[in-house]
Amino acid sequence: MADKFIEDKVTRVPIKKDGQEVKVDFNDLKSGGFIKQRQKDQFTVRLRCPGGRIDTKKLIEISKIADKYSKKNVIHLSFRQSLEILYVDYKDFDNMVRDLEKIGQKVASCGPRVRVPTACGGCEYNPNGLTDTQGLAKMVDEKYFGTPCYHKFKISFSGCPIDCSRTKEMDLGFQGVVEPTWDEDTCTGCTICSKACKEDAIKSHPETGKPIYDPLKCIWCGDCIRACPTESWQAKRYGHFVRIGGRHGRHPREANDVAVFIPDEKVPEVIEKTLEWYKINGKRGERIGKTIDRIGLDSYMKFMEPVFKCGEPLGRKV
Amino acid sequence: MRRTPWQEGVNMADIKADNSLDLRGVLCPINFVKTKLKLESMDVGQVLEIVLDDGEPIQNVPKSIKEEGHKIVEVKKEGEHFRLKIEKR
Repeated sequence: MADKFIEDKVTRVPIKKDGQEVKVDFNDLKSGGFIKQRQKDQFTVRLRCPGGRIDTKKLIEISKIADKYSKKNVIHLSFRQSLEILYVDYKDFDNMVRDLEKIGQKVASCGPRVRVPTACGGCEYNPNGLTDTQGLAKMVDEKYFGTPCYHKFKISFSGCPIDCSRTKEMDLGFQGVVEPTWDEDTCTGCTICSKACKEDAIKSHPETGKPIYDPLKCIWCGDCIRACPTESWQAKRYGHFVRIGGRHGRHPREANDVAVFIPDEKVPEVIEKTLEWYKINGKRGERIGKTIDRIGLDSYMKFMEPVFKCGEPLGRKV
Repeated sequence: MRRTPWQEGVNMADIKADNSLDLRGVLCPINFVKTKLKLESMDVGQVLEIVLDDGEPIQNVPKSIKEEGHKIVEVKKEGEHFRLKIEKR
């Protein structure tokens, strides 16, 4: 009785699968997004919500299903932008999954695989957004969700250097950037860009008021472009800052900055090649950051060179 | 390339304001909201003059005005604040 509330990792229980009664390992269920709770027979069901964006009509249907199957009528907003339906009895899995399928809602996953990507609002509606983080998260979810790995593999997209999606804490993170370029002829020396720049990368000439730009201080947020009244600051190129090997948890590790100005269309290649390197060099139960610490960042950079050369490889440790 | 009023030979000092707002001491985003409301009451092509504090207001308000589709046609620094002229679009 003392162990009543401790997760039982070996208990096999009869469960209906495709109408047939089969024995299922509670632990195996995690791969399908069913997470055992402290309470006997109760599970949390994690839904697949890439980028945390949900159609309102679907949300209404999800809440009806949650209301039907959650013994305590509660949903939890997970840390990775999913909806988790709490207190679901495992005997209801079959019916619940069927109900979810009817509204086109998939169940997420846990365990050693590519997880559902997270993303901020991105350029669609956020004024700071530089990249289509939502579109990319959807693409990654469709193409790479569930790919088996040695450990969990988290991908996120931030639309700008504010980095709300915490790309520095992801196994693989993509953060939007824009390189500014300045046209002297149209500039009136109004000095607004130097005021708008929060990084001190633009100073105004004391006499002309025209900008003096320090590319080493620039973090490519595009504030100068957005503020300039005469469009003298323009976007030269958009892309992604790529970060690898980050994680939070018991032993946090800040990601390595590995490339910048990687265009949208190269994102799938970066993911595929990174997973390939991980597959060759990683070990079971090892996050990619640990593999990098063990094998060395150089190995990864060398492997990634064909992809990273379409932008600018960095390879510096943050 | 877009031509600015300056290149078109308009003397900065000649841009006449139809309305003005003194936003010194007004915090973000109230300063922007006041600007926006004032512009909404004006006709397209009219010019609003605003005075903004240095720091956050001058960092944020011009960006937001641009995003609303209006045009900043003049910027002057006056001590610790800025005098902007905005053409309603």
